[in-house]
Amino acid sequence: MQLLIEQLLNGLQLSLTLFLLAAGLTLVFGIMGVINLAHGSLYMLGAYAGASVAAKLGNPWMALPSALLASALVGIVMEYLIVRPLYARDHLAQVLATFGLILFFNGFIAWAVGRPPIMMDTPAALSGFIEILPGLPYPTYRLAVMGAGVCVALGLWYIIARTRLGMLIRAGSDKRDMVEALGVNIAVLFTLVFGLGALLAGLAGVMVAPIRSVQVGMGEQVLITTFVVIVVGGIGSIRGAFIGSLLIGMCDTLGRAYAPILLKLWLSGSIADGFGAALASIMIYLVMAIVLIVKPRGLFPVGG
Amino acid sequence: MRVKSLALAGAALVALTMGAFAQQAPVKIGIVTTLSTPGGYLGEDVRDGILLAIEEEGGKLGGVPVQPLIEDDKLKPGDAKQIVDKWIEAEKVKLFTGIIFSNVAVATVPTILENDGIYVSPNAGPSNFSGKACHKNYYVASWQNDNLHESAGALAKKLGYKKMVLLAPNYQAGKDALTGFKRMYGGEVIEEIYTSLDQTDFSAEMARIRAAKPDAVFQFHPGGTGIAFLKQWAQSGLKDQIPMVVAAPSLDQRIAAAVGDAALGIALTSHWNTDFKNPQSEAFVKGFMAKYNRVPTVYASQGYDTAKLIGAGLKATGGKLDENVFRAAMMKADVQLTRGPFKFNTNQHPIQDWYEMKAVKGADGKVTLQTLGKVLENHGDAYAKDCKI
Repeated sequence: MQLLIEQLLNGLQLSLTLFLLAAGLTLVFGIMGVINLAHGSLYMLGAYAGASVAAKLGNPWMALPSALLASALVGIVMEYLIVRPLYARDHLAQVLATFGLILFFNGFIAWAVGRPPIMMDTPAALSGFIEILPGLPYPTYRLAVMGAGVCVALGLWYIIARTRLGMLIRAGSDKRDMVEALGVNIAVLFTLVFGLGALLAGLAGVMVAPIRSVQVGMGEQVLITTFVVIVVGGIGSIRGAFIGSLLIGMCDTLGRAYAPILLKLWLSGSIADGFGAALASIMIYLVMAIVLIVKPRGLFPVGG
Repeated sequence: MRVKSLALAGAALVALTMGAFAQQAPVKIGIVTTLSTPGGYLGEDVRDGILLAIEEEGGKLGGVPVQPLIEDDKLKPGDAKQIVDKWIEAEKVKLFTGIIFSNVAVATVPTILENDGIYVSPNAGPSNFSGKACHKNYYVASWQNDNLHESAGALAKKLGYKKMVLLAPNYQAGKDALTGFKRMYGGEVIEEIYTSLDQTDFSAEMARIRAAKPDAVFQFHPGGTGIAFLKQWAQSGLKDQIPMVVAAPSLDQRIAAAVGDAALGIALTSHWNTDFKNPQSEAFVKGFMAKYNRVPTVYASQGYDTAKLIGAGLKATGGKLDENVFRAAMMKADVQLTRGPFKFNTNQHPIQDWYEMKAVKGADGKVTLQTLGKVLENHGDAYAKDCKI
């Protein structure tokens, strides 16, 4: 029972991190029709900006604003200089250009910071663990990450469902031409959405920085899972991104936790361990395949 | 790197034309190693260890002038093979070293040997080449891969851990690590947990460890994944409940510097450490810190020792690289290494001692590795008996 609760918390935490990334990616793709492979690079930049500023100032709290600022700024500049000319082009051109950006950012970080992974301390107030149940300590920092993730998800829901900007975003993702015809400055809206996506990616990056190792290429690892999330959720849908994140995050965590245990009911120890690990690593792709067979456009398709 | 090797080549050419009548042509040493990717610091340290040994002798090894050629294989087997092909064709290189990762070595070493080249490994010692497929021109100066984990297994046994959980990434080297560990451990293995190679969040695995309640944990996660593992281990509170035993690659001086206090108390094994008290090692640490202004890792010592062993071989040849003369001298290994006693086994892999170490707080408040004693003496490998040279 304790194990299950702990694993559910682990799954929830992974889900919320994935959601921060998927929300931006799915908005950019749904509204602007741009496949942005460099979304993972913004996540990496957030982590690096946070970790280096925190190390320089000796204050981990400063990591948060600096990561948000850096990733949002880079995102906006990127949209203006590189992504904007791509709106009219086909997906191949977009994929090539944003793939080029991945190489550029990885090269840039390797040159500016170096190849060895760097380290970021957790703020002292969050560095211990809390006993959430008797005999079950859970890292305070991970709880804080979850709290922040829930707040951001609620905030995002509020912006999208209750504000004028959100209305334009929803309208833009459904009927882009109509929004443009009504006289909305679509260029500014796109820049805002792209900047918001970059900000969320940077937030995800800086939040995982004290947990994982901050290194060149960390963005690509997580990007693949993020794409699985938005494909499962339905491209362009924030609600889909949220449900998709939960599904994929839980599947991945619970798969890794329980696949070997369940297999041990039928197989001998060592074989079950090996086979279970293999099964766990393909679990999320299995889920994606099943969802696509049943609902080819994802769970919450946008635009009918 | 290309610029550097060009500059070196240029300098060597100038030296040649100026004093051609007096000086023999230097022996070219092809150093193909991993300098980029997160694993790039391993190659950097091997390279810098080799270059330090050459510099200390004024551009020579064993009294023979040498010319190092250096290129980055980017951890890609195909790239390494291309570099080696190019050097064999264009530069007539016969003597090679430098490869860090086993998958790169497995793809590249056969090319060298088929072209009558000589290879001395400063790091990777895959089982593929240590048994039946051993070769008279293939030497390993570091260790047979299994040795790293065998010594950790021996340490876990010595520390009296009765039941353990083992973790490694789900690929060949990860499985080999667990096989090596179990060969010497002998206690009960409650669970073997295989992680994925690019995994960065280990919370699910740690919850499983917590539930399994082992006496201790052995994990093999080199480089960036290892840093993430150790950080999360400390954050989860498990660090204070369950002891951890690792092999050298999972906790080198760089990783210790990166994770800081999260490494404290971890037991590990290695064949060399910065605090070794023999004169060769002390001189090496001093020389390395003076030249590069950083603490050498075990990889740097392996690079340095590899250069010294090559020097012992070259000395006998007097600069004319005859493989039989070179081999006879190499096999004697009549040279002082930083790690102390060293012999070549019949499969030309090391027979050496393995030591118990612990991550402790140093005098400067930083985490450092402290040597405690020997766990294995004159330890060879399990594959030598299959090798017929």
